[in-house]
This record gives sequence, C-alpha cells and structure tokens, in this order.
Amino acid sequence: MILFIRWLLRRRRERRGGEPASAGRTAASRGPLALVLHQAFYDLRGFLRNRQGRFFTLVLPLLFLVIFVAVFGNDKVGRLHLPAKVYYVPGISALAIIAASFVNLVISITVLREEAILKRRRATPVPAWALIAGRTLTALGVSLVSVIVLLLVGRFAYGVRLRAHTIPGLAITAVVGSISFCILAYAFSTLIENEDAAQPMVQAVMLPLYFISGIFIPAVNLPSWLSHVAQVFPVQHLSDGLHHAFAPATTGIGIVWSDIGVLALWGAIGLVFALFRFSWLPKAATG
Amino acid sequence: MEPVVSVHGLRKRYGHVDAVAGIDLEVQRGEIFAFLGPNGAGKTTTVEILEGFRTRTSGEVRVLGVDPANSDAAWRNRVGAVLQESNAEPGLTVRESLQLYSGYYLEPRDIDATIALVGLEEKAETLAPQLSGGQRRRLDVALALIGDPELIFLDEPTTGFDPSARRTAWDVIDGLRALGKTVFLTTHYMDEAEQLADRIAVIAGGQIVAEGTPGTLGGRNRMAATIRFTLPEGTGAEDLPVELRALLAGEDGRITLTSQSPLAHVGALAEWARSRGIDLPDLDVRRPTLEDVYLELTRSEA
Repeated sequence: MILFIRWLLRRRRERRGGEPASAGRTAASRGPLALVLHQAFYDLRGFLRNRQGRFFTLVLPLLFLVIFVAVFGNDKVGRLHLPAKVYYVPGISALAIIAASFVNLVISITVLREEAILKRRRATPVPAWALIAGRTLTALGVSLVSVIVLLLVGRFAYGVRLRAHTIPGLAITAVVGSISFCILAYAFSTLIENEDAAQPMVQAVMLPLYFISGIFIPAVNLPSWLSHVAQVFPVQHLSDGLHHAFAPATTGIGIVWSDIGVLALWGAIGLVFALFRFSWLPKAATG
Repeated sequence: MEPVVSVHGLRKRYGHVDAVAGIDLEVQRGEIFAFLGPNGAGKTTTVEILEGFRTRTSGEVRVLGVDPANSDAAWRNRVGAVLQESNAEPGLTVRESLQLYSGYYLEPRDIDATIALVGLEEKAETLAPQLSGGQRRRLDVALALIGDPELIFLDEPTTGFDPSARRTAWDVIDGLRALGKTVFLTTHYMDEAEQLADRIAVIAGGQIVAEGTPGTLGGRNRMAATIRFTLPEGTGAEDLPVELRALLAGEDGRITLTSQSPLAHVGALAEWARSRGIDLPDLDVRRPTLEDVYLELTRSEA
C-alpha cells in the first residue's frame, strides 16, 4: 500500500514537470489529489505501526476464517447449501471490511478527536475534506488488502475458487461497502463521548449484527423476525453481496444491486448525520 | 502599523456567566505578549476565540486583519497554534509528524532547521508518542512553526514541566523572538511571563485587571520596597533614628520597614548601625516580586 501511494505520488510529480521528490513543492501546492494521498500515506504509516490495529483488521479475520473452516469443514451450510469454506470466505471478508472501515476507523477518529490531534490539524490550512478523504482512503486500502489476503488463503489453502467473471461484482461490492462503512464510522464517532468508550460501543453494535447478519451463523438458522431485523442493517447486505459472487448459480458480474443500494443508502444517511454532527474538537473539552 | 491582534469589548457568555466580560487587547508585531491569569479566568476561552475555534457573544476581534470567526486557509497559513491539550500524532516519528504537517502548507520552513530550532535533533527518528512531556511540547512548537507563521499562539506551553524542561522551553520561545515572530503566550506562571514577555496583561474573573511591562505591571515600579533586619539584644526599634522609625511596618523579633526610596533609607540604617558598632547580618531589601503583584491583582476576583 505504502509503496503504491509512493508510486502514485511520484508519478503525479513527474507528470507535473518531472521535479525530483526533494524539490520542496508541498502536497498542498500540488493540488487536491496530492494532498489526499499525502494524508493517506502518513495515516497508513501510523496505522501499520499500531499493533492492535494490525491484529484486529488483518490477523483476526484470518483467524476466524481458519477456525470456522476447521469447525464446519465440508458441512453444507446456508440457504444455498454451500460447503462451509465457500460460505465463510466471503462472510469473513465482509467482517474484514467492517473491521478496517468501521471498527478501526471509529476508534481511530475518536482517539484523534479526544487527544485534540484533529483540532491541531484544523489549526493548519489543510481542508477538512482532505483529512477525511485521506483517512478513508487508508481504511479502504487496508480493507481491500485484507480481503485479498482472505481470498488468496481461501484459494490456495481451501481451494475456494472465485470465478473470474464475478470479480468486478465482488470488487464493486467491497469498495462500496468499505466507503459506506467509513462514512458510518465518521457518523458513529459523533455518538462517542471519550476514547475509553469507543471500543466497547463499537463492539456492542457490531457483535450482535455479525451474529444475525450471516457472518458467523448462516441466516437460515435464525427465526424469521431476527432475519427481518438484520435486513435493515448494512452488515447483512455487505455479506450477502459478497456471498453472491461465490454462489455457483451466479451468472454475469456477480453483483446484487439491491444490496449495493442499501449499502449506499446507509452511506448517504451516515453522510448527512456526520455533516450535522461531526466535530473536530474534543467532547471532553477543557475550560 | 496595524496591530497583529486587536480585541475590543470581547465578551463570551455561557448561560448566565460571562467567561470573558468585555476585554480589550492589542498585540504589536514582533512582540512576545503574555496573557496571564489563574485557571478558569477566561484565558483559554479568549485564545480559542482568537484562534477561530470558538465563537464570541459580542465584541470586535481582528487577528492579522481578519475576523477569526470567518478565517480561511490563507489566514491559517499565517497563524500557528500550540494547543493546551493536544497529543502526539500516533505512529509517526518526530520527522514524519513534521513532514505530514509541512505538506499542509504552501511555503513551509525547512524540516531539519525546525527540528534543530526546538532542540530535537537526537529525537528526530523517535516515535512522537514515546517522547517525554517536555520533548512532546517542543514538537508541538515545531508543528506550529513548520508553516512559518507570522503569529504563534502558545497556550500554557510549560504546564506540568520540571524546572529544567521549562528552561529549555523558554529558550525555544525566546528563539521565536529572534525569528521576528509575534507570540501570544498564555500562562499561569508569573516567572514565565517575567522571563519571556515584552508585555503582560492579567485576566481575572473575565476582565483585564492590569496591563504593562514586567517591570511596571500593576504599579510594581511604584510599590514600596521592604527592608527587614534583626537588631541585637538590648537594642529596639525605639533606638532607630526618627526618620526610619516613621517607616516601621512590623516588629516581631525582626524589624520590617517599608520604603519608597530604599537606597536612601538603607544608607541611613547602615550609618546608624556603624555608629553604634552593630552589624545587621540578616539585612534584606526586597522589591515586590511580579508574583506578589499578581497575587494582589487576582486575589479578590479569582
């Protein structure tokens, strides 16, 4: 990721007259995209140095995949009676996207806000959208890397094949899901009063949703009222969308527009909420 | 020349309380201005209004000719802020933190020169959260300086420091003067203001109670000095010359005189003592410290 962003930055710089990296022109003077990439580059560095963040977004989903496949092996699960390993590769991919785009981001935003780091950044000329887009790009990048790792492990350890024609559908679902959950993270962080509350609050919301949205347990095993509840929330739609790409009966690019639509709708609701409620200043303000 | 900061009748009301109750301030270019007051006196509220973080209830505010309530990126290119409570950038080294912030500006200062200015050369590759409190604050100053601002706000930059860390921080702030920066410093430490400031304003209960240079604040230059000494056995205050007896302010084993012209009175005292063959080994002449003036000024209001 870091190498990729570096490469993008270098390429942009070359296009703009081939100055070497050290020529002293700042990200801000090279335009909006350069500024967003600049922010994403340092956010990613910070993220990669955080052991807890690395564990929960990159290692834990992989552990879940290994455990669930080990437990259910070749059992036929879910509505489509797929082997457990085919079921859990996309399901745990949804979990990985949510871990990086929502859980990690909510905690990170809350810490940055409460420690007045966002406030200090806002005392500089950097525009708000550059900070938000940069951090979102980092979360999106981490989400996609995490999903790719899961797919590769699924393919080479468990022989779970993704058919080439459904790759676009999977990619679009993953990207839209990740961006929607990032926006929801900005919205949700406004409900959290302090850093200590971030982890428990975000888990209190997500754990039940993982259980009712087919991430851990196939939805066919749920009473119908509970699956109706799950239908309202975006977790179910991300996981269904990704499952669809793996279903043998799927033709075309493997996209479920209704799932994408619900994810985008949640993103839009989150955006409106965040625009009204988001604050750069610590909530536990001092006099 | 237009002042860098000018405030007229600034008021900030929370509920029924005026946190800032109509204050006037002016800070000139190149000046180190200390804004002094006890906790809760309205210092941080005022600074945050000047920085553009808070709205005001009423009054006129101009910072670099702009109302901070309507400030834009061009204005923030010219202003640096060291906030009271902000923490280190997580996961970034000192150098990386400065690289991140320098990217926000159009014409930033040189990163190595800025690291050297705050004396963090040896810590440049250290993760910022691993720095000591004093070093972290110096990194904050470096982050506020990286955009090469004309005006820097420093909100209680040395609170909680040990004495040697404070000395180092003072050297850094003093160095800003050499760069020609205007500095708006808030502090509740008298010695800090005395050491650094060209001019001081004292706020208490939301109002400016005194303004002046460290030497003249609160009429310090006109306040009486205290002369104290102990007389040997068998000699009493009544044996002093009339001229000195008139200055007597206390006698509790040790004589205390208050004097508007300490040099003349100490001279008279010395002459009298020599003529009697007395030594005054604990003779002590004290001008009121800035601390005394400050406590006097803020006592009733705080």
